[in-house]
Amino acid sequence: MSPDTLPALSALSALPTAFLFLPGALLAAVLPARLRPPLLVGLPALAAWQVWTLPEGRLMPLALMGLELELMRVDRLSRIFALIFTLIAVLGNLYAWHLRDRVQQVAALVYAGAAIGAVFAGDLITLFLWWEGTAIASVFLIWARRTEGAFHTGMRYLVVQVLSGVLLLAGAALYWRETGSLDFTLMRLGSPATWLIFLAFGIKAAFPLLHNWLQDAYPAATVTGTVILSAFTTKLAIYALARGFAGTEILIWIGAVMTVFPVFFAEVENDMRRVLAYSLNNQLGFMVVGIGIGSEMALNGTAAHAFAHILYKALLFMSVGAVLYRTGTARATELGGLYRTMPLTAILAVIGAVSISGVPLFSGFVTKSMVLSAASDAHLWPVWGALVFASAAVLSHSGIKIPYFIFFAHDSGRRPAEAPRHMLLAMGLTAAMCIAIGLAPGLLYALLPYPVEYHPYSGYHVVGQMQLLLFGVVAFALAMRFGLHPGEKRGTLLDSDWLYRRAAPAVLGAAAALVRAIWGAGAAAVGALRAAAMGFIRARSGPEGRLAHVWPTGSMVEWLAIILGVMLVVVYLA
Amino acid sequence: MSGQVAGDALAGHAAGVVETATAAERALGLADHLPVLVVLVPFLAAPLVVLLGARRLAWPITFAAAFFSLAAALSLLSGVLGGDAISYHIGGWAPPLGIEYRIDAANAFVMVIVSAIAVAILPYARTSIAAEIPARQHVLFHALFLLALAGLLGVAATGDAFNLFVFLEISSLATYVLVAMGAYRDKRALTTAFNYLLMGTTGATFFVIGIGFLYMSTGTLNMADLAQLIAQQPGNRTIHAGFAFIIVGMGLKVAMYPLHLWLPGAYTYAPSAVSAFLAATATKVAVYVLLRFLFTVFGPQYTFEAAELTWVILPLALLAMFAASFIAIFQVNFKKMLAYSSIAQIGYMLLGIAMLSQTALTGAIVHLFNHAITKATLFMVIGAYVLRAGGAFYRDIEGIGRVMPWTSAAGVIGGLSLIGVPGTAGFVSKWLLVQGALEKGWWWMALLVVASSLLAVVYVWKGIETAYLRAPREDVDRREAPLTMLVPIWIMALSTIWFGLSAEWTVGAAGTAAEALMSGASQLLISGGAGH
Repeated sequence: MSPDTLPALSALSALPTAFLFLPGALLAAVLPARLRPPLLVGLPALAAWQVWTLPEGRLMPLALMGLELELMRVDRLSRIFALIFTLIAVLGNLYAWHLRDRVQQVAALVYAGAAIGAVFAGDLITLFLWWEGTAIASVFLIWARRTEGAFHTGMRYLVVQVLSGVLLLAGAALYWRETGSLDFTLMRLGSPATWLIFLAFGIKAAFPLLHNWLQDAYPAATVTGTVILSAFTTKLAIYALARGFAGTEILIWIGAVMTVFPVFFAEVENDMRRVLAYSLNNQLGFMVVGIGIGSEMALNGTAAHAFAHILYKALLFMSVGAVLYRTGTARATELGGLYRTMPLTAILAVIGAVSISGVPLFSGFVTKSMVLSAASDAHLWPVWGALVFASAAVLSHSGIKIPYFIFFAHDSGRRPAEAPRHMLLAMGLTAAMCIAIGLAPGLLYALLPYPVEYHPYSGYHVVGQMQLLLFGVVAFALAMRFGLHPGEKRGTLLDSDWLYRRAAPAVLGAAAALVRAIWGAGAAAVGALRAAAMGFIRARSGPEGRLAHVWPTGSMVEWLAIILGVMLVVVYLA
Repeated sequence: MSGQVAGDALAGHAAGVVETATAAERALGLADHLPVLVVLVPFLAAPLVVLLGARRLAWPITFAAAFFSLAAALSLLSGVLGGDAISYHIGGWAPPLGIEYRIDAANAFVMVIVSAIAVAILPYARTSIAAEIPARQHVLFHALFLLALAGLLGVAATGDAFNLFVFLEISSLATYVLVAMGAYRDKRALTTAFNYLLMGTTGATFFVIGIGFLYMSTGTLNMADLAQLIAQQPGNRTIHAGFAFIIVGMGLKVAMYPLHLWLPGAYTYAPSAVSAFLAATATKVAVYVLLRFLFTVFGPQYTFEAAELTWVILPLALLAMFAASFIAIFQVNFKKMLAYSSIAQIGYMLLGIAMLSQTALTGAIVHLFNHAITKATLFMVIGAYVLRAGGAFYRDIEGIGRVMPWTSAAGVIGGLSLIGVPGTAGFVSKWLLVQGALEKGWWWMALLVVASSLLAVVYVWKGIETAYLRAPREDVDRREAPLTMLVPIWIMALSTIWFGLSAEWTVGAAGTAAEALMSGASQLLISGGAGH
């Protein structure tokens, strides 16, 4: 299917990919419910085709108010991210085929469009616009739950995301002053500008201690919303880091911490969607390490891992979502034994689980090992150790815990129906891609930013990985045998956000009371001043005020004379 | 009339002037007469409309004349965008004795604005006046509209100070009657028109007194000639007084705060189509005259003018930006709110002029254009409301956003442009003004421009709140505006977005005009004295 044979479609290549989505979203806002799902699936598919056929280069330079913008920078790095984004938009929207909620459907399209727009952004201003676009569109996927809690969660999420955008804009402005260029390209960390941009990326990438929004928001979104959410925001940040800060050493250590610390939270968390959110964080760590190393192999690994990760993470979120859709809960304590009535979902969840665990022949193995190899090539042994530990832990908390507690373990007595057909189809396609990447990694490697000289299926890799997996299985089995596994306990998990959501308010309580008293007095004074000022303005400018009065003609002539007098005086003095 | 030229009398004219004809024997084509035809066609169409007296013919003739003027103005503008000027001699009498029409980028730009707004508003006016003015007056309405249009174009086209005054009076007299025509809907239009007549005439008188002073001192009325002769007598107090009279008189026509008192009533009680046309053109042409006198006849290099701009115009501009905006916030009548907002917007233009820099002046001229299309959109929207809801008070249009979604959406676009939201025309000019302020290092001025824009947010929001967030009234005509109104409204609304997104053309043309104005005076000074 060459572009020449389809003139109508080839005309599309003249349009930035993101701009396919925005009119689509407008259309979705007015289409009747029946026609929306096909649009939601068809449009990203069209976009995927466009991304696939686009030539490389800076396709759409734009000069706006003296700024040099670039809407479409297509190279191998941006193309692979855009491609997976369009693919996951197809799959996620297929999964949401049953949805009749206009808000979510429009938001999903805008969100995907904004994420793709950001990936193709060749300058910092365009990046900023789409960056904020993802923030604003995605919050509607959380608000779509339409509960009080979801509203507050959404607000917290929005504040953090917009903060990230503001930092990015501030950084971009400083960067422009510093270098005179807005080009979004490799930056050296050091100046305030680059630190601001780095921090903006870091927030979206959920760096340790900047991560709380993720675990807060993702489990709070709708069943289908979480699938979409999990794909774009953080991976957009990964792309931005790979583009702007590849080879920045501090990222190696940030990434190492990222892979390790969520493990403990994920092990003890009860809500399965939150477990997945923590494990998402841990997976991002691998990518961040890859970016930090910055070698061709590492960046290839990052891109490949992001690609594979989006697929299997979506698959897991989809299967947990299907359970949530059928049973109304995603808590380990309330689930179990569902394989009896949801066998297909169980099988698909297991495929997702073995993919994330890095079992050979599945997608996680062929991509994660690239990052590990890059770390060992760079002789970063502590980091390598952390990654190995994290890999083993992934198996425990995601690979085994998710399918085990939901579909096996003790029988909860629930007998929900099998997931709806469109969900099974979406999960089946995603699972098929996970397996395809595992079986024929060359397909994915061909898309990577740099030429690949890597063979995942060497004896050393396979045996090493199997040892790791066995270790993980044994650890899990032992924990279960001796009743040490905390997974089936109810409770609220305290993460570092406890510091600012609970502890800080308590500590600050007393201080706050004092400040409040002073503030109250001050506010009263300001209020009184404001009232007086408003009264003053109203008395003069309001409908009855002197300024707005319809004065007689005579007073107008008076003014004429006064101003003439003033002007004459000024003329003579000058 | 012909464009014959006596070559030797022209030696004093600045370089870059394209003479209409260089030899008497050359036959002149229609195109060479465009500078006068652009004014003459609507001017002669007015009596034609009255003489024919047929209501069915009135509108087509009016529209055709306005359309011709637009085409002519565009062709003139394209001819002078390079920085040249066209000099046309009425009846072949060479200036300074004969009347000269002198077209450069600044006035060609203004003529394009005026005629384009007229062309856009006429289809709308056809429906609007049918509802607001009795049928027997329609012929007269069109004739007056043509006279107002011809007057405004003439003011822009002419290079002769007294001729300018004549055209100003032609357009003003027509305007007074047009405003009075609102009396069929609201009798207050009559007193308003009478007040407007008194105030407008006073202003015009001041202006003509100023011209008299200049004539007394120089013996000429040709503006280019005036500029040269004024340069030769720098200490002449009569000229200085004439300057003060001209600025004050024109300040009234501009509605420079506090000489604005005629404006709110006139805009509020005039028929909707007239409000839209006046708001978009009349004050803009007056601003042009101000520019012409400030920069071509006089020049900022004269200390008395610089002092005047800094110590009188600038404070008054700032006062207008805030006082008028505050008043607009408290209005309960949509039309009156827009009228006060116009006064505030004129404040921006005066500010751009008073800052005396190329960027700020470009901003002022672009704002002339952008504000014209913005206010035309909004007044046309109000006209559609008046047609359906029967009034322009906020209580009449509660919830009308749901009843008339298309009209109201265009109103929102106009409102955003009024605020100066990026992506709309209003943003471009405010951006230039802020740039101009920052260039001079006046960051506080930039802050003030932004702060007064925030006041616009308040009054625009009040309109949006009324239109969208209240329950619709039950007793209004629950229909969308007719297409004959909707289409012109949307053409205007989309043009505010168009000129907000692709500002190259407007900023380029205004930049050329500003350059011509800023350099015009000094250029004349260099070649000064050669012709006399």
